[in-house]
Amino acid sequence: MTSIGVLNVVVYFVVILLVTKPLGVFMTKLFAGERTFLHPLLRPLEKLTYRLCRIRETSEQRWTQYTASLIAFSLMSFLFAYLIQRLQGFLPLNPMHFGTAKAPAGATAMTPDLAFNTAVSFVTNTNWQNYGGETTLSYFVQMTALTVQNFVSAAAGVAVSIALIRGFARKQANNIGNFWVDLVRATLYIFLPLSLLGALFLCSQGAIQNFRKYATVTTMEGATQTIAQGPVASQEAIKMVGTNGGGFFNTNSAHPFENPTPLSNFVQIFMIFAIPAGLTYTFGMMVADKRQGWALFAAMSVLFLAGVLVCYPAEQAGNPLLAKLGLETRATNLQSGGNMEGKEVRFGIPTSALFAVITTDASCGAVNSMHDSYTPIGGLVPLFNIQLGEVVFGGVGAGIKGMLLFAILAVFIAGLMVGRTPEYIGKKIEQKEVKMAMLALILMAANILVFTGVSSVAKFAQNGYWNSPGPATANVNNNGPHGFSEILYAYTSTNGNNGSAFAGLNGNTPWYNLSLGLATLIGRFLFIIPMLAVAGSLAAKKKLPVTSGTLPTHGALFVGLLIGTVIIVGALTYFPALSLGPIVEHFLMRQGKLFSMAFFSIWS
Amino acid sequence: MATFAAPPVLDETTLLPKKLAHSRPLFDPPIVRRAVRESLVKLNPATLAKNPVMFVVEVGAALTTIFLVRDIFIHASGTGFYLQIALWLWFTVLFANFAEAMAEARGKAQADTLRKTKTDSMARRIAPGGAIEVVPASKLRAQDVVICQVGDIIPGDGEVIEGIATVDESVITGESAPVIRESGGDRSAVTGGTKVLSDQIKIRITSNPGETFLDRMIALVEGAERQKTPNEIALNILIAGLTLIFLLAVVTLQPFSGYAVSSAGSGEIPSVAVLVSLLVCLIPTTIGGLLSAIGIAGMDRVIQHNVLAMSGKAVEAAGDVNTLLLDKTGTITLGNRQAVEFAPVDGVSGPELADAAQLASLADETPEGRSIVVLAKQAYNLRGREVADHEAHFIPFSAYTRMSGVDLNGRRLRKGATDVIVQFVIEKGGVIPPNFTEMSDRISRTGGTPLAVADGGRLLGIVHLKDIVKGGMHERLEHLRAMGIRSVMITGDNPLTAAAIANEAGVDDFLAQATPKDKMEYIKKEQAQGRLVAMTGDGTNDAPALAQADVGVAMNTGTMAAKEAGNMVDLDSNPTKLIEIVAIGKQLLITRGALTTFSIANDVAKYFAIIPAMFMATYPALNALNIMRLHSPQSAVLAAVIFNALIIIALVPLALRGVKYKPESAARMLRRNLLIYGIGGIIAPFPGIWLIDRLLGMLHLA
Repeated sequence: MTSIGVLNVVVYFVVILLVTKPLGVFMTKLFAGERTFLHPLLRPLEKLTYRLCRIRETSEQRWTQYTASLIAFSLMSFLFAYLIQRLQGFLPLNPMHFGTAKAPAGATAMTPDLAFNTAVSFVTNTNWQNYGGETTLSYFVQMTALTVQNFVSAAAGVAVSIALIRGFARKQANNIGNFWVDLVRATLYIFLPLSLLGALFLCSQGAIQNFRKYATVTTMEGATQTIAQGPVASQEAIKMVGTNGGGFFNTNSAHPFENPTPLSNFVQIFMIFAIPAGLTYTFGMMVADKRQGWALFAAMSVLFLAGVLVCYPAEQAGNPLLAKLGLETRATNLQSGGNMEGKEVRFGIPTSALFAVITTDASCGAVNSMHDSYTPIGGLVPLFNIQLGEVVFGGVGAGIKGMLLFAILAVFIAGLMVGRTPEYIGKKIEQKEVKMAMLALILMAANILVFTGVSSVAKFAQNGYWNSPGPATANVNNNGPHGFSEILYAYTSTNGNNGSAFAGLNGNTPWYNLSLGLATLIGRFLFIIPMLAVAGSLAAKKKLPVTSGTLPTHGALFVGLLIGTVIIVGALTYFPALSLGPIVEHFLMRQGKLFSMAFFSIWS
Repeated sequence: MATFAAPPVLDETTLLPKKLAHSRPLFDPPIVRRAVRESLVKLNPATLAKNPVMFVVEVGAALTTIFLVRDIFIHASGTGFYLQIALWLWFTVLFANFAEAMAEARGKAQADTLRKTKTDSMARRIAPGGAIEVVPASKLRAQDVVICQVGDIIPGDGEVIEGIATVDESVITGESAPVIRESGGDRSAVTGGTKVLSDQIKIRITSNPGETFLDRMIALVEGAERQKTPNEIALNILIAGLTLIFLLAVVTLQPFSGYAVSSAGSGEIPSVAVLVSLLVCLIPTTIGGLLSAIGIAGMDRVIQHNVLAMSGKAVEAAGDVNTLLLDKTGTITLGNRQAVEFAPVDGVSGPELADAAQLASLADETPEGRSIVVLAKQAYNLRGREVADHEAHFIPFSAYTRMSGVDLNGRRLRKGATDVIVQFVIEKGGVIPPNFTEMSDRISRTGGTPLAVADGGRLLGIVHLKDIVKGGMHERLEHLRAMGIRSVMITGDNPLTAAAIANEAGVDDFLAQATPKDKMEYIKKEQAQGRLVAMTGDGTNDAPALAQADVGVAMNTGTMAAKEAGNMVDLDSNPTKLIEIVAIGKQLLITRGALTTFSIANDVAKYFAIIPAMFMATYPALNALNIMRLHSPQSAVLAAVIFNALIIIALVPLALRGVKYKPESAARMLRRNLLIYGIGGIIAPFPGIWLIDRLLGMLHLA
């Protein structure tokens, strides 16, 4: 590791630490219906929205109604996003004529299965992309179908986490808030202002924002190159701040128009963690014990820094085989050293590794480097981060939900060891909570493992609809354990609603479009619904007084316990799978065996 | 208020008394024999299905056995290894069954003892006309009236409606000293199966056959009515959920390894036996196998303390209690007040006051009176004198005069409440010394009771009577506070006296001049704030509060109404027992949590044993994970399975006895238990599996 690299990490963490409280206070006030400094500006807009949509601001919902509203909203969003994609040929702002006969050569057709995958992916805040934006979608689709979903799917995520926190904060209450009001407030007061500022800043750094046709230029070597254009900055800001991660371009935040400078890169990763970090403080404030929020923040921070401390050195160390060949792999003044494959020179190893860890800690999924090209251990970190359940700050809203699930489990298992039936934040953790938490965990594990299992052995017939003939594993670029990692990563990423790709998997076939889409839906809704049930059950409970016999859930001990629970549950569930992927690949690499691009079927 | 038995001797550091009424050694040979038999019976899949974790193990064992039989028939190689796996998987199930059977057997043995006493006696029933008819006890119904004489076994639970008798209740309580049962008041309840030792009583039967206290007691100790407690159900969901997750992880390992094998071009997909072994090692068999044993043993521990808990839920709730309502008299203080000081008024000497007080108390057989005689002897060496009846006229205490004393040689010595004695002195033409009121107030303020002494019209002074707080009570309440439990003293005393005693004993709050209604309201107020309340009671007027409290412990000497309202009955009628019950409840929960944590933590090592072994042929590079350096794949798998089975049997004593419990704050307790069962649980299997691997190598078993 270089000192500048370490400094990068430290400065980043300090900045996140600094914004946690102000953002947390702001969100607490906002969702409690109190006035904030933005109210003079945005309150009229908020009121207008309620009037137009006939939302009664003061009425509240039970958890079942809250859930039904979320699902209804998501379903409508899905239909909208699906139709716009399918109809893009008939819609405006399509200078490259995608979806028509005049589409450029090499453009990707927006098939029903791809449109399904993409719509599901953006509605669920996942943004897994089986397409390249610049070769598939019109500006109209990018803006109205995708960018809009970037806003509202993030707002829905925040709404759900606020509802869950209300479950802990309220006593003997039936209701957990109003989904529509939470959705509107999150969109208007959080995402709109931050995205606006973010977009302007990105423009200042060189991100583009236009509706032009793609430019064709002659390079210095004399070759012709098409340079894609579009309204990038407006989609880019919400992509980061809403932890969506779906790039305007195929190469995502590695593209110079999306993420032009090291400074824009820093702001992008700042935007990923800002709101999830703030939500920990909101949690503490809402349950009237700020230490509880800081405890979650601390647990997340430790897991985050641990990830960086594994991934960054692994990348900086690079491939031992190169060193054995006598190549200089150390960082010097003239070169970055380490593993630079798949990384942008303007970012280098530290900020690429940092980006990779952050984007997979949070369920963002934007990438500024190729995770597929990481060393086995360097690539293991993003994969394992997602498998932990996106709880390390996590996506907007999703992180705190997941961490609270683990807190419930940690309290339930270890809380018994203080000789009381377990309680957390004054709420007894009983049958219902344990049942729902376990249900969510089981479904998540099943989602990843079963789909990966099926895709590792499935074979497709000649001239079939689902995939090109032969095994499903033929869609991966590499053989051996690395190929396995590529499949495992895909289902892990969609289940975790992360959306980042290890890459190396050709996912644009009906089989992968549909199975990955399904994994995405399961990962979103079958996680949220049990957690909202928990919220409803908790809200109805009494709040127990804190005594010296109560398990303290704010100290270092609890933070350690929570971290231990997250890691042990994650490790125990996925260790067998990981040992056949990145772990064995690591040991094989040390023995000198690599798994290069191999477009041949391993079964042939 | 009934009188209470002396509390058991306490160890300073624990809340659990050492000597237990119904204790028996942990591994009693007849109990072990019975448990071994039972553990085979429990292999029945229909019964085992109630325990999802062990059911999965049994299915796995059966699968492995079926494949073993197939292999033997087709003369496949490696059957020795598979045979050992199958055997150890069956042992895993048997060990878990044994743990449960052990816990149950202890209760069953006790139930047998109780049943022996339940002979079908004959009862003398009074027919409506008034004639006495002899009927079998089993024919008695509620509301029947029977007569019992010396030597009769009382035929059923009932209420004495006429007469007084001494009764031997040792069948129920284990206490051989007879107790008095009489009509009216709080000592009217009799229990079927107990024996009348003297006199004759008329009893109204209150329970139908099969529903008597003895029947209930048998059912309880036997565990026949045992229902899973809410926490146990929640824990069961957790471990069943974990089992499912591991099932997914292991089942999907089959296609994963299918890919790995074809990709690496070597090795083979792990056999069913090895996959089952991995599954059984991962699923929480330790807690799954011991969970019900922990619950049964917890109930058994309550019974060993001579307390009958009507449900396991009540025992669990006891661990959660935030507020303990303790009666002052008999619980916090010794039953009686004692004289501690003679405070003469100006112009009277100490010995003079002591002499007068002693004379006035000579015929007073109350503990207070006796303590005055004793104090006079200790303080001024005044011996108790024999006073002949002809020269003395004793005036006994009466509720009307509220004083007692003696007329002796023309002296009229009186002692009593200050206001009464003041009136007596004024009537006799005396004057009240100026500092008297001040003295009496001083004693009241410190929690004492001032007892004025007068010699005719001359007021001599005050005897300071004091409630004596039981030895060690302060420390015990301190322990409770450390555990986050508030203690509240309930007393009929005035607030001033109550405050002083509360302060001396170290309770957190007190309820003075408490009526049953006050108690009830206090409980409701606490519960409204989310607290769980425990209390003891014996009178009929305690019944509503006992029912309202989350943990209500009725004294066995109490009325039937009280016993029915509470969710526990203390057969020793010792109200201090509440503190022990709380400790048992906590110990039960801690044991569960500790073994769950241990069970999950164990998995880490098992992965390191089995995963490299599984893929040794496919990916020899994975041997880097074989950090225990187990000598062969077979022995690695076998060692993990054996360790997993043996740990169950090794932890049976812990499950039955409960983990060591020390009253301290939750934070400290968590730190210690996490260290032992969490970190310890991660580390322990490494040397264990390594050792078994070496042994297997030495014995050439793998």
